[in-house]
Order: sequence, then C-alpha cells, then structure tokens
Amino acid sequence: MTGVELSALTKDYPGGVRAVDGLDLAVPDGAFFALLGPSGCGKTTLLRTVAGLETATSGTVRIGDRDVTRLPPGRRDVGMVFQDYALFPHMTVADNIAYPLRIKKAGKAERHAAAARVAASLGLADLLGRRPAELSGGQQQRVALARAMAARPKVFLLDEPLSNLDARLRLEARTFLKKLQHELGVTTLFVTHDQAEALAMADLIAVMEAGRIRQLGTPAEVFRRPANLFVASFIGSTPMNLVDARVVDGLVEAAGARLPSPVRVVGDEAGESLVYGVRPEYLDFSPVPVDGAFHGRVVVVENLGTSSLTTLETGGGVLVHVVVPEDAEPRPGDEGWAVPRPGRSLLYRGGELMTDDVAAAA
Amino acid sequence: MRAAGMTAAAVRAALRRIAATTFVSLVLAFFALPMLWLASAPFDADPRINVSLPSFTLANFRVLMDDPYALRSLRNSAVLAAGTAAVVVVSAALAAYALSRVRLPGRDVLLYLLLLLSSIITGTAAMVPIFLLATQLHLVDSHLGVVLVLSGGLLPTAIFLLKDFTDATPASYEEAARVFGASPLQTLRHVVVPVIRPGLAMVGIWTVAQVWGDFLMPFLLLRDPDKAPASVIMYTFYTEGGQPDLALIGAFSLLYSVPVVAMYLLVSRRYGFRFHGGIKR
Repeated sequence: MTGVELSALTKDYPGGVRAVDGLDLAVPDGAFFALLGPSGCGKTTLLRTVAGLETATSGTVRIGDRDVTRLPPGRRDVGMVFQDYALFPHMTVADNIAYPLRIKKAGKAERHAAAARVAASLGLADLLGRRPAELSGGQQQRVALARAMAARPKVFLLDEPLSNLDARLRLEARTFLKKLQHELGVTTLFVTHDQAEALAMADLIAVMEAGRIRQLGTPAEVFRRPANLFVASFIGSTPMNLVDARVVDGLVEAAGARLPSPVRVVGDEAGESLVYGVRPEYLDFSPVPVDGAFHGRVVVVENLGTSSLTTLETGGGVLVHVVVPEDAEPRPGDEGWAVPRPGRSLLYRGGELMTDDVAAAA
Repeated sequence: MRAAGMTAAAVRAALRRIAATTFVSLVLAFFALPMLWLASAPFDADPRINVSLPSFTLANFRVLMDDPYALRSLRNSAVLAAGTAAVVVVSAALAAYALSRVRLPGRDVLLYLLLLLSSIITGTAAMVPIFLLATQLHLVDSHLGVVLVLSGGLLPTAIFLLKDFTDATPASYEEAARVFGASPLQTLRHVVVPVIRPGLAMVGIWTVAQVWGDFLMPFLLLRDPDKAPASVIMYTFYTEGGQPDLALIGAFSLLYSVPVVAMYLLVSRRYGFRFHGGIKR
C-alpha cells in the first residue's frame, strides 16, 4: 500500500554543504524503519525532506504511488513527531491532538470525538483538559504521537523520538512505540543516533554516514555482518574488535595470533593489509593456552552486570576486548586467551566486508 | 571604660541610621510631592503650587466638564493612541516574525540603523521636514497624519522588542503546524500570535503610553483645537489673567493619567504571563 521510495535524492544547503548525497532508499509498506547514524550524517535532513520541511535539491520522494517531491508538507499525508515535541503551549491536550483535524475543517464535535478516541488508545484520556506545561516528558511524547496519529496519516515520521526521555522512561517508551507501531501497521520512519535504540525497535535499519547509506538490513544482519568498517565500529554497545591482519598460509594473522579465516582465501590476499573483526561477545575467554586464540595480559576488567568486559593487551600492544560471563572473571595482570566463535568473525578488505562470493570471484 | 566605649559605638550606630533614614525620607518626599499635588489639587477650591490639605470641592471637575475642549481632547488622545497601537502592533509583528525567520544579509545592521534613526524621526530635529512632508501629502490637521508619523517613529523599537519574542519561539511550533497542513496565515493565527501574545500586549501598551504622552507631533500637525489630544489641550489652560489655571490643570491631569494607569493594570492582569511548555529542552 504505502511505502516510501527515495531515488537519487540530494539535498544541498546554501554554503555548499551536501547533507544528503544521491540517496536511493525503499521503505516497504508497514515497516518500522530506522535511519541511524552519528550526528551530522544527514539523517534528520533526510526525514525532513520526506516530511516536506526541506525541499530536495534533486531526486524524487514517493509516498505510496504518489510523487510528492514538490508537494508542501500538509499535502503529503504524513504525521510527524518532533524531537522537542512542539506541542502548542496555549492549547489543551485535546486541542493539540485535534489540531490536524481542525486544519482539515472537521466539525468541533467530530474533532473532539476523534481526539478523545486517540487519546484513550494512548492512555491520555484523563489529561485532555491539561496544557502541555502540566504534563511529564513521557506524557508530552504520547500527546505528540496522538497528534500525529489523529489525521490517520499514511506514514509516521519520528525525529529522535526517545532522546528527550530519561533512561528508564526510554526503555518503557521503546517497548510502547514498537507495540503501537505493530498494532497500527503504519509505515514509520524514525531517526536516531543511538544504535541500541535502532536495533531494539526497527524492522529495518539504514546506517548513514556523510549523506549516504552505508548499510541497509535487519537489526540481526547489521549487528552480525556489518558491511563495512564504519558500520562495524558504529553498531554494538561494546565496540567490535577491529585488528589489522594479513593472510599467511591460508590463516589470518592478527595481533600475533594465527586464526582460521572466516572466508575462503585463495592467496592473492597474501601480504595485503586486511582488518579482522570480531565482537567481544563472540570471543570466549580461557585462562589456559588454546590454539587459534588471541593471547595477552588482562589490563582492565569492567563490570557490565551479568558479565564483564575484559581488555587483553597482546604482545604487539593491540588491545582486544572480550566479554566474560559472571563468576569467570580474570583479575588484572592475569594471562588470558580469547577464542573467536566459529562463524562469528569477519574479514574486511579495503574497508568492505569480504564474503565467499567476493573471494571466489577474485 | 569598656561600657562607655560600647555606649559610644551604639550611639554612633544610631546616629548613622537616623541620618540615613532622614536622607532617604527627604529624597522620597521630593519625588512624592508632585504625586501628592496631583491627588490634592483637583479637589482643592484654590490650588497653588504647594501641597496643602484641600478645602474639598468637586467644582474643578464641573468647570472641566463645561470646557468645550477638555473631554473631546481625551477622546482624541484615545483615537490617536488606539490607531497608532493598531498600526504599530500589526506591522511590528509581521516585520519581527519575518526578520527572525528569514535569513537576510545585513539584517542586524539594518535593525540597528532603524533604531538609531527612529529617535530622530519623531524628534525635534526632523520637525520642519516632517511638517513640510505632511503639508505636501495633505496630512496636516488629520489624525491619520499624526498616527502615521508616530507609528514611523515607534516601529523600529517595537520591532526590536518583538523580535526578541519571535526569536525565542522555537521554529518547530510552526513546522508542526505546517506538517499538519496549516497555511502560513493559519500558522500565524493559530500558533505564532498566541505564543507571542504577551509580547504583542507589551508593545501595544508601550505604544499607547508613548502616544498618550506625546506633545510635539500633535502640536505640530494638528491646527484645529477640536482635533487636539489631551496633552496639547492642557497647554491651553490659562486664566483670563494669563496665569496657569491650576484648578483646571490639576483636575485635568488626574483625568489624563487615570486611563494609562488603568490600562496597565488591566493588561498586565490579562496578559501578564507567558505560555510555556510543550517544548522539551
């Protein structure tokens, strides 16, 4: 029904800043879609261009089967939640929620009935008479959501929806948003700089850097098989170990360790500089010598609650992080070995992930 | 010996306090006297330029009511003030909104220059050119002429004051309205005006107070005493002997100040607060 399709979308700001750079993207109907990236990567500009608050320099935006590139925001049939919520301070909650219907010239009774209905579905029924200043942060966010929902738009756009909530409320709101989106089934794009948030909520994630999409995939794909070094270092609460490596005799040599290669190597990589990547969660710590493992001295142990992030300093001075389950933590100064789990390590050539296909073709 | 020393210190401290209190009282009295005069003279049968317990009478007001110009001049003042306030508030709101939303090269310099020039426009220096200009445009002896000249003089400051309010209003309010389909005028009416309403009220009051107290421009541009505002008419209250008619001036001064004070109280009660919230900072 209503996906969002961007083709060759470019947005230049005066002064020569290119915020979005020839970007192609298809958001399937009903998807909960995350635009993820560091600040300044163009994700908010992209969202605002879809909303119509910014006009594209070139390229097209399609919502459903309509080309909306040159349409004003009010005629694109989108509902938006702003980062600062932007609730009208002089209106009550009911008037705020009913505002899109007021613009659509719905009668007063109809407007208020609709506002009451939407408010009830978000647990706001008791707050209809209040003004925004009398609401908590979480309540304000839900009012902003209700206002976006009131006119039954085809697409929701959420700009950093959780960034203004405190940590505990953020977890609640995350669950709430995901449940709501699945119930409504409306295509939803949201912008976030928080990779954990994107992994937790989205069906699909587009990781952006400098106005381009670096990887598009499900949270599992993006987490397990980052397509390039940028995504690899950006995704994950504990950063991935990325160690300079080279191929020697069919094995990968990295930080003094000889490890089985995750991809078939045929030999022309020999001597070429590669990067070996493995997440700390995918390394198993051993206090006794093991073959095919990083070897080093424990320098730091950080408690993560149910596990500990342990840092090994290898012979060459390279640091390798390992997540160690509780009750098995080493002490700083101990010697240790870290074994990559089979199928969970990655090899990057020229910053891009190597796959068997590429190796076979080469 | 020590007891004596302490007593001396206490006496010195007391003397110092007495001196300070006396000084403050004198200063206060100096500034309070005109106010007291304004309160007593209108009800005094024979007021002079001193403050005394009045021999109470309302006769001064009766004389004032009989004066053909007194009441009409107050109405003229109201017309001029309301007209100028309307022109200034509407134009300043549009200008301030545009100036804070549209990026314009040299915007701040422009505002600053306007602000500087505005003090000249309604000042004594531009008296002659303004009179000549008004004559050419047939605006002499009309309220419209005075309203336009006064508006011109007050606008830069009004824009400057209002721009502070529009600058402090987050653009996402307007973007929210736009996303939901509001036209620019609807955005202005539904969102911007209510949010900056305290600023509009403030500029409105300020304009009325300025016009109410202005003497030079109406004196210059209005020939017909039927059209003169209160500030100009007060200047004409003389006795047959050529002396200022203090009874009339006193009573008229009181009538003249009451509306402005009343307006301040009313408007500050109605608009003396700002809407806030709905934006998470």
